[in-house]
This record gives sequence, structure tokens and C-alpha cells, in this order.
Amino acid sequence: MQPPADRPTLYVNARLVCPASGRDEIGSLLVDDGVIAEVGAKVAPSARAETIDCRGHVLAPGLVDLGAFVGEPGAEHRETIEAASRAAAAGGVTTIVARPDTTPPVDAPEIVDYLMRRARDTASVRFHPMAALTKGLAGHEMTEIGLLLEAGAVAFTDGPRSIASARVMRRAMAYGRDFGALICHHAEDAELSAGGAMNEGEFASRLGLPGRPTAAEAIVIERDVRLAALTGARYHASLVTCAESLDVVRRAKAAGSPVTCGASVAHLTLNENDVGEYRTFFKLAPPLRHEDDRRALVQALADGLIDVVCSAHDPQDVETKRRPFAEADDGAIGLETMLPAALRLVHSGDVTLHRLLAAMSTRPAEMLGLPGGALKAGAPADLVLFDLEAPWVLDAATLKSKSKNTPYDEARLQGRVLRTVVAGRPVYPYG
Amino acid sequence: MITYAAIAAKRRWTARSGRLPERARRGYDRSSMPTPAASTALFPHRHLLGIAGLSPAEISHLLAAAEDAVALNRQVEKKRATLRGRTQINLFFENSTRTQSSFEIAGKRLGADVMNMSVGNSSMKKGETVLDTAATLNAMRPDVIVVRHHAAGAVALLAQKVDCSVVNAGDGAHEHPTQALLDALTIKRAKGGIHGLVVAICGDVLHSRVARSNILLLNALGAEVRVIAPSTLLPVGIERMGVKVFRTMREGLAGADVVMMLRLQLERMNGSFVPSVKEYFAHFGLDAAKLAYAAPDAVVMHPGPMNRGVEIASEVADGPRSLIRDQVEMGVAVRMAVLETLAQHLPDA
Repeated sequence: MQPPADRPTLYVNARLVCPASGRDEIGSLLVDDGVIAEVGAKVAPSARAETIDCRGHVLAPGLVDLGAFVGEPGAEHRETIEAASRAAAAGGVTTIVARPDTTPPVDAPEIVDYLMRRARDTASVRFHPMAALTKGLAGHEMTEIGLLLEAGAVAFTDGPRSIASARVMRRAMAYGRDFGALICHHAEDAELSAGGAMNEGEFASRLGLPGRPTAAEAIVIERDVRLAALTGARYHASLVTCAESLDVVRRAKAAGSPVTCGASVAHLTLNENDVGEYRTFFKLAPPLRHEDDRRALVQALADGLIDVVCSAHDPQDVETKRRPFAEADDGAIGLETMLPAALRLVHSGDVTLHRLLAAMSTRPAEMLGLPGGALKAGAPADLVLFDLEAPWVLDAATLKSKSKNTPYDEARLQGRVLRTVVAGRPVYPYG
Repeated sequence: MITYAAIAAKRRWTARSGRLPERARRGYDRSSMPTPAASTALFPHRHLLGIAGLSPAEISHLLAAAEDAVALNRQVEKKRATLRGRTQINLFFENSTRTQSSFEIAGKRLGADVMNMSVGNSSMKKGETVLDTAATLNAMRPDVIVVRHHAAGAVALLAQKVDCSVVNAGDGAHEHPTQALLDALTIKRAKGGIHGLVVAICGDVLHSRVARSNILLLNALGAEVRVIAPSTLLPVGIERMGVKVFRTMREGLAGADVVMMLRLQLERMNGSFVPSVKEYFAHFGLDAAKLAYAAPDAVVMHPGPMNRGVEIASEVADGPRSLIRDQVEMGVAVRMAVLETLAQHLPDA
């Protein structure tokens, strides 16, 4: 990340949308020394400042993406911190929170330290690593939660692996609680969904593909929220994909458990039918679900039950996708498309812009204890300026990620990032 | 020669069992056969990847062409020159002696040069992908590739990358279209038609591509399709695929005109999907007692290879109502019809 710009910048004629305060008005925002100096309808013009006319477009807090795979260390052919941060910048994401399921996994403080130095040298947006919850992501022994936190890890997760043992999960949560650690879990019973290639149901049956039932997810979330109640740990179900899981989270929240949940843009905007004739770019884990489940997710986002909307950025090289469906790897990239794709929900009238942006910036920042996610004086000047209405067609070849496995290739999108600012400096467009 | 074939066919059928006289009387009429030009319009597909996507008229067209091939196959001179100069590759990622020989005989009878390629002696074992294999074979300029693969969708994937016609000889638990066509031809010849018949498909529907293709085809031609199996062997949502679901043979077979048994793989017999062979046979194995639930003139079918004493008793498999050997014969005819029909789309055809 670059040092803050030395000259102040004044964004004028902007539609200021701040999900933290509920602000939505035309006004100006002054950035000085990497932080927001002043914001509002009446900001005095400054002769010293560079003035940028936003022409009424939306100026909002930069997005905070919880749980992207960035390839370092060990999978640099799929993604690098540098490429991921360029993709993030192009997508309005100013903070990447990286998954720890790398090779080796991020299960020791020195690897956290390595990543933070790599990010300092190569990333154009803010970067925070998550650490593994169990050593080697094996699901047996907890990692050094205290030391990892001190090294800079912002949350704990075993990435796409679900922890099968309730005993291990309980101990890790109980121990993590004492440090106030946020524990994120990819909830899916590996036994119950073993061998599954897509959502279980009529469509999978017609394609002759083994299914992954929604119950495999809900069972684990049910177990976890009970453990959260038992231990008092802060628990985050990383990717909920079905109505059953939402019911579990709703009950846990109503009972006052320290539970949050997230959903990916893909699960909010696509369904199992998009798999079509075995299109492996739509093969995700957890899988794309039935339209009824997608509708339930959208409703839950609108209601505020879903705390976080994330990209679930998972770059896969072509070789692992150009295989028969059941043998192809899971995952899709998402950093660069998360905002425009998610804006479909705003344009369809299902979710308000404030609500969506809160789940993409304010709320994850709060949960992770990061500054940002708000347009207020003193907050870091991490901003995204976007045209809410601009229609465009995505060309996967133009994406910044090293891998191009997007489910939105040739998709009609509405809403486009014009400028991304990190610590006061524009990081997109470049130059 | 044609007339002779028809007479010969009739003689053989009636001599053997006295079955199907009216079908044999209808015999073999060259005038009903489409000309090549008409054929491309009647079957506008370059590949045969599944029954899904075929219209009832296209299915009937293939069945009519297969009737023609049946007669040819019963002559002394079984060869035609329709595919002379063409190269057919049988690419089998999964072993199957029966299907592979059936396609091989079909291709050879039409005059094609047939090459068999099994995964056992190919570089697939060294990590080459399906698409690399497809590209390699494609460079050898085959006209038709017949593919069997253990993964659903693999054949369609391969078909996207080659210039020739592709026939799906079974992809995972997805489809096995030539099996469904040969089953339909067998039923049609035994029963005079398919519309309105009650067909019960029994056994491991979950893992069966044969069941899926048959459900699609029989529905397209207007049969009432039932499936009978324990819940562990039924795919989720099967009831929305146009079938009635039964969990007992007594209910499911009641009044059925056709009983189609499916093979249960050895590794699924002992505790994983059903408790034991003994229990499975007791509840779902077809023996004379269970067959008695079906219509008095019900016929019995099995795609093979059979597990005698697991899903079917020998008394039924070898009994007078069994069409199992007819299915094998129809297999060659159907595959000839398919190869010939697809060949109409080849360049210079």
C-alpha cells in the first residue's frame, strides 16, 4: 500500500451514501492526509485541494471483502496478492480479508507476518490475513490464536474446510472467546455432502450428478450456534446458502447468541439452473441452490439477517475447470464483479442501496474491528465512486485476476465502478 | 432381397416363439425409409448425447431406421456401405464389453473402419484430460466417436471440442440414449407400440443412466412410467421427472405391461445402500412370484449384465416372457440406425 497522498482532494457534487450513518445526500467530501477530513452538503471549497467533480454519482465507503483467496503462498499460478488487489481496486474493494487455506496454510505467526510484508510491498488495497483455526487445517488441534492475533490475523477459519469434530470446535471457540477472536466457519457436513457436485434436487438428478443437500449446511450451523451459545465465542457462518440455515441463524440471533452470517454475491444472484449443461464456472462450494433458497437469501439480506455480503473470490486455473463437472474444482472469482453483480438486487428493488453497502463495508469492518466502512470525519479515506446506472457487458478477458473463472462472463450488468480510493490515493483507474 | 429379408424375419420370429406375428407381418418396407436428404431434416442433430432434447418424431425416426437394420442383420449378407470410408472410434473410459462390441459390430456392418480405444491402454491413466484426448483423436480425423465415460457430462464436454459426430454410450449417471432406444424398439416390437403402456423400472435408479434415458424416452412416446426402489436408490426429485414412485414391487408392478430391471452394482449391495443381497432380492428381486403382480402378458427386460439372484431370478431371466436376448439384438440395430442417421450430417454425405 502506498503512503497517503500529500495534497488534499475534494470530491464535489457526489451522492454521499453512508450506510453507517444513513446519510444519502448530494454533497462534498474532503480527503486530507489519507483520512476523511470533512463530509456533508456544505464543505468549504479549498484552494489547496484537488477538486474532483463526481457528477452526482455515488460516493460510498470502500468495500471490505471478508474471505477472498489470494493464492499466496503456494498458488501463485491462480492468484497473487498483487493481482487480487488490482481486481479488488477495479471492483471498489478497498480491504481484502484473505483466506488462510494456502500452501502452507496460515497457521503460524510467521506466515501472517510474511503475508503482511508481501501485501505491504505488492498490494494496492488494504490487506488483512485470516489465520487457520486448526493446525494444518486438519480440524484436530487449535492454532496459536493469541499469537496469531498479535501478528495481525483478523479472524480465524479453516477456509473451505468444515470442522467435523464438535469437540474441536467447542475448544477452539471457548479458547478463542477469551481473545475476542472472530471465528468464521464454512459450514457443510463433509460426510453428508461427500461426492456431491451440485445442489441436491431435481436438477442434479436430471443431470445425473450426485447432490449436496442443504441439510448438510444447516446441521453444522445448528451445531455451531449451540456451541456459540455455550462458549460465548463470536461465531460467523461464512456462507449461508439456504432457507434452512437462515432459520437457524434467525433463532440464534433472537436468543441473543453472538452469531453473524454471510452470503456470497453468487449465491444471492445465481441459482442451480445456471449450471445448465454442466458449466463448471458455476460449480461452487457450497453449491448454487434452488431459486427458493436464493429468494430467501435476498429477503434475509433485505431484513438485515445476513450481516455480510462477500465475493467468495476463489480463482481456479482453466485446467481444473476444463474437466467433467463432477471432477472440476469448485470456486469462482468475484472481487471485481461483487459490486456490479450485487447491484442487481438494488435495481430489482429487493434490497436498498444502504443495506447492500452496509453488508459490504460497514458491518464486516465492525466485526473485524477495522476502521472504515463509514463516511465520517476521521475515518480512513477508503472510498468507492460508482455510476449506479451505467449498463455494461462483462468481458472475462478484461478482468484483473490471474484466473478468469467468473460466472458472469458476458453478463449484462448495471452499475460500474468509476474510481476507488485507498487512504486518499486513487488505486483505480490506474494512472 | 428386401422382400426376402422381411419374409425371413417373419419366419424366424414366428418359428422361434410364436411371438410378435403382427409386427413381423408389418415387415420391412423400404419405401418408408427416409432418403438421406429427408433424414437430415428429420433428425437435425450432429451428435446423439442424450434422449433429452429429442422430439418424439426424432425418436420415432430413429426407431423406424432401426427396424430396417433389424431386417438387414438377419440376412446372410449383413453389410451395407453407408459408412464406407468412414472412421469410427469407440472411446471407452469405462469398460464395457457388451456395449463396445455392439457399437463395433454396428459400425462394421455399415462398412466403417472401427477402432476401439479403452482407457486401460491409453494415456488417460497418465493424467491426460478428456479434452486433450478429444483434441488428439480429433486430429486423426474420425467421422464418429462413440464415448463412454464415468462422469456425467463428460461426453457433451468432449463433443464441444471435436469436428465429428459424437454418440454417447453412457456418461456417469446421466444418459445412455442408445440403450433407451433399443429398449423402446424391443418393447415396440413385442407390444406393437409404446403409447399407453405401463412400464415399471425397478432397482438402482439413483446410479442408473439407463433409467434416466428410459424415463425421458418412454414419457416422450406416451407410456406411463413407474419406478420401484428403496428410497436409498432413488434420486431426489425423481417424482418431478414424470414417473410414479413405488417402494414395493407388489404395488409398483400391479398391472404393469413391461418390467424393466436395473443392475445393482456389487459395492452397493452390502450395507451402503441396501442391507444385504438377501434382503434386496427378497424385496426387490424379480422372481416368478413378484412377476405375477404384473399384467398376465407382461414382458421382462434387463440392460445387462445381470446379477442372477440379486435383482433377477434365473427362472424369470430365462423364462418365456424375457426379452433380454432380444434387447441385445435390437442393440446392434439401433446403433446402426444411429450411426447411419448421424452420418447424414457428415461433410460430403
